[in-house]
Amino acid sequence: MSLEHVEDWRRSSFAERFATGLTDPTCPTPSGVMGPRGKGAVKRYNVYRNNVTVSLIDALVAIYPAVQRITGTDFFRAMARFHVRATPPTSPLLFEYGRDFPAFIEGYKYAQDMPWLGDVARIERAWLDAYHAPDGPALPAATLAQVPDDRLGDIIFRAHPATRIVRSAYPAVAIFAMNRGDGPATSLKSSAAEDALITRPDMEVDVRLLPPGNATFLASLINGATLAEAASIALDETSMFDLTASIAGMIEAGIFTTLYLGD
Amino acid sequence: MDAVMQKQDARPDGRLRFPTLPLGGLAGTSFKPEHFKAILRDGPQRGFFEVHAENYMGAGGPPHRSLQRIRSEHPLSLHGVCMSIGGPQPLDGEHLGRFCALVARYEPALISEHLAWSTHQSTFFNDLLPLPYTEATLDYVCSHIDQVQDALRQQILLENPSTYVAFENSTMSETDFIRTIVRRTGCALLLDINNVFVSAGNHGYPALDYLANFPLDEVREIHLAGHAEQSDDEGERLLIDSHDGPVADAVWKLYEIVVARCGAIPTLVEWDSNIPEWRVLKAEAEAAQLILDRSSARTVTIEHVA
Repeated sequence: MSLEHVEDWRRSSFAERFATGLTDPTCPTPSGVMGPRGKGAVKRYNVYRNNVTVSLIDALVAIYPAVQRITGTDFFRAMARFHVRATPPTSPLLFEYGRDFPAFIEGYKYAQDMPWLGDVARIERAWLDAYHAPDGPALPAATLAQVPDDRLGDIIFRAHPATRIVRSAYPAVAIFAMNRGDGPATSLKSSAAEDALITRPDMEVDVRLLPPGNATFLASLINGATLAEAASIALDETSMFDLTASIAGMIEAGIFTTLYLGD
Repeated sequence: MDAVMQKQDARPDGRLRFPTLPLGGLAGTSFKPEHFKAILRDGPQRGFFEVHAENYMGAGGPPHRSLQRIRSEHPLSLHGVCMSIGGPQPLDGEHLGRFCALVARYEPALISEHLAWSTHQSTFFNDLLPLPYTEATLDYVCSHIDQVQDALRQQILLENPSTYVAFENSTMSETDFIRTIVRRTGCALLLDINNVFVSAGNHGYPALDYLANFPLDEVREIHLAGHAEQSDDEGERLLIDSHDGPVADAVWKLYEIVVARCGAIPTLVEWDSNIPEWRVLKAEAEAAQLILDRSSARTVTIEHVA
């Protein structure tokens, strides 16, 4: 069969007829399916529709528990149902699902009074990426201490595969931290922009708030800038940037695995 | 003997191999991460553990750390859920590659997949969907199983499905379909007795008739699980393969019949939602182990002679 014929056959297959209604409740029960003794199968087919939709909503619940805690279960499941139907997964690895969900939340009509919710979702998505990222050693402080003082500015770091940075115009880190666990959620007075650092130097995913200038500094380093270049860019952004504290913080958080000296 | 010797060689990458742990006559359970600490507290179990392959297809992190620990002390069964063997389109080569890599990494004692499909075009539906049983579907299912077994260079077990609908254009029974697959591909079978009970109830035939027509000699693993009850359009009972509770009494009864007929086949209790405390799931496996041990006691003399 030519590729074109394979494609024709696939489109006319039982699977095509069966699949169409699984994420589209307006589709009728597909032709050719039946219950015992040839009887109809509306509720029977609906078991499959329900399995598909509910299991994918559950997958989003598992990835975005803080978002669900903020919105409440009913709100979240209704929002997730729209997303599942519009954007079902394309990979059998469900921990890869939901990458478009933060942007979907930002465009969702009923979530407009929570403009920070998409960023909270981005932190949760980054949390799961860090969880499944390749393992790697965190850069030991001793390795940095061995670099001669006159070469410090030439250091280039290699990021740990789990490292992620999420920048928000809202206090998304505080909202995430308050809602991710079972602890009490209190009202938040802050309206400050917050940057999140997500790392997993060993087995525990860690989410922390980055001090001013750090997101720019670390993003530059992750992209291969030298320490001197990254520090300069961060200082251009804010005079509050504290280089010494930032270096200590990034070693302690396990953001990088190795370093080498640029030219 | 040669195969056993080779198994103990060091790996090319220098990592130590996992022990080759036999699981003949053992009962096991799904391995759920929420049970990990309780399992460690209990110490090594007599039984085996089964995991869904897709949950361990990430690069690193806690899932692999815990599975390595479990695998170092127990036989492992690797159960694929998403290969979509029963769908008309070609298998996802990338997914098959990931599956092979996982087999190489964990050296499972059993490898299984489903007679079902879950992906169509580019959409993954996250459910085990049914197919008609015809010459045409038989051809591609067999070629998909050939492809998986060629890639793995080992036999897989194919699991009978639970279904809620049948297809008007089916030309053969599920048991004839499965029997022909076994003959053509050389695969073996994972008999899910809860699925037999669910499908029999949903399609109006006796579960014992299905088992009488099933190629029981090819069964290398048994699944047991709980199901739920709903009703269809006419108010008839519709059984749902929910894996959310204990194994039903009727399924235990069928299990005893199969074990009496086939001997002590490795048996797994599945529990995938509303997951209970470890001791509850463990007790289900212990109940299966009692039935297996009774059967082994009857056949032990024959095995010693053999």
